[in-house]
Amino acid sequence: MSANTATAAPAEKPVFYVRDEHPHGEGGGTMLGFWIYLMSDCLIFAVLFACYGVLGANYAAGPSPRDLFDLPMLAVSTSMLLISSLTSGFAMLAMAKGRVAATQLWLGVTILFGVAFLSLEIYEFRHMISIGATPQRSAFLSSFFVLVGTHGLHVTFGIVWMIVLIAQIGRRGLTQANRRRMSCLAMFWHFLDIIWIGVFTFVYLMGMLR
Amino acid sequence: MSHAGNSDHADAHHDELPQGTMRGYVTGFVLAAVLTIIPFWLVMGGVFDNRTITILAIMVCAVIQIVVHMVFFLHMDPRSEGGWTLLALGFTIIIVVIMIAGSLWVMYHLNANVMPLGREMNQSF
Repeated sequence: MSANTATAAPAEKPVFYVRDEHPHGEGGGTMLGFWIYLMSDCLIFAVLFACYGVLGANYAAGPSPRDLFDLPMLAVSTSMLLISSLTSGFAMLAMAKGRVAATQLWLGVTILFGVAFLSLEIYEFRHMISIGATPQRSAFLSSFFVLVGTHGLHVTFGIVWMIVLIAQIGRRGLTQANRRRMSCLAMFWHFLDIIWIGVFTFVYLMGMLR
Repeated sequence: MSHAGNSDHADAHHDELPQGTMRGYVTGFVLAAVLTIIPFWLVMGGVFDNRTITILAIMVCAVIQIVVHMVFFLHMDPRSEGGWTLLALGFTIIIVVIMIAGSLWVMYHLNANVMPLGREMNQSF
């Protein structure tokens, strides 16, 4: 930019070495800001993982992971979340091509898989509570419910976000602001899948190996 | 001039929104699916008799899968946002490692040194 200035008006224009901060376009910093939010969210999960790592073997003579976890069901819910990650990617591709209906459709499919994942998790929690494996039973169960429950809460809010975005895209179309929101949502959803890799590896699979 | 420069700048930012390709998403999905199936197969099928080897294998699968997700789904690029995303990620990883490894280390020593003597420990004396 300064080179252009120099060639356009070489003689009179004074040269400022300390320039004012140029205005960024609206939402120009959103993606970086959202990324930093995700990193802070990552720290929340790191604390919960550390809690589970420390307390995860304290059963207080209660049920252990082997008594509680159902790996075939976990495999199904894990694949639900992974497929929903793929379909949210398809929503982003449809958005890049400017196809409104396809974007909404893929978001809808993502919601369905997200709800399937959440339903399996709620079913598992209900089953555990019904056989007396409540959060207050042992330190292992407290840290388990907090860690997995926090992830489930994030998925719930991701689903709410998608419902809102489908409505917004329906009303306003694929505007610049809605594209930005879609990109943030996709990052959020993929991030939740990454956290789930940690959960099924460290909590469920390693729990079964104890 | 400054007005034109600003709108260019704004457009450049919007172009930076991460954009994947169909091939990228499908590749990532297949890799992630394989890296999910392997640890489930190792644990459910009881492939290794040695517990330590199984734990190491599923941890390696998890780390590779996290990298796969970051590359193919999150489109991590060292140059995006002038390198700030990668810097933030690096800082987060350092804090996460200190927090998790530090907690486990400290509490392991606390358990080993301060735990009241249980039946098993009495027997060993």
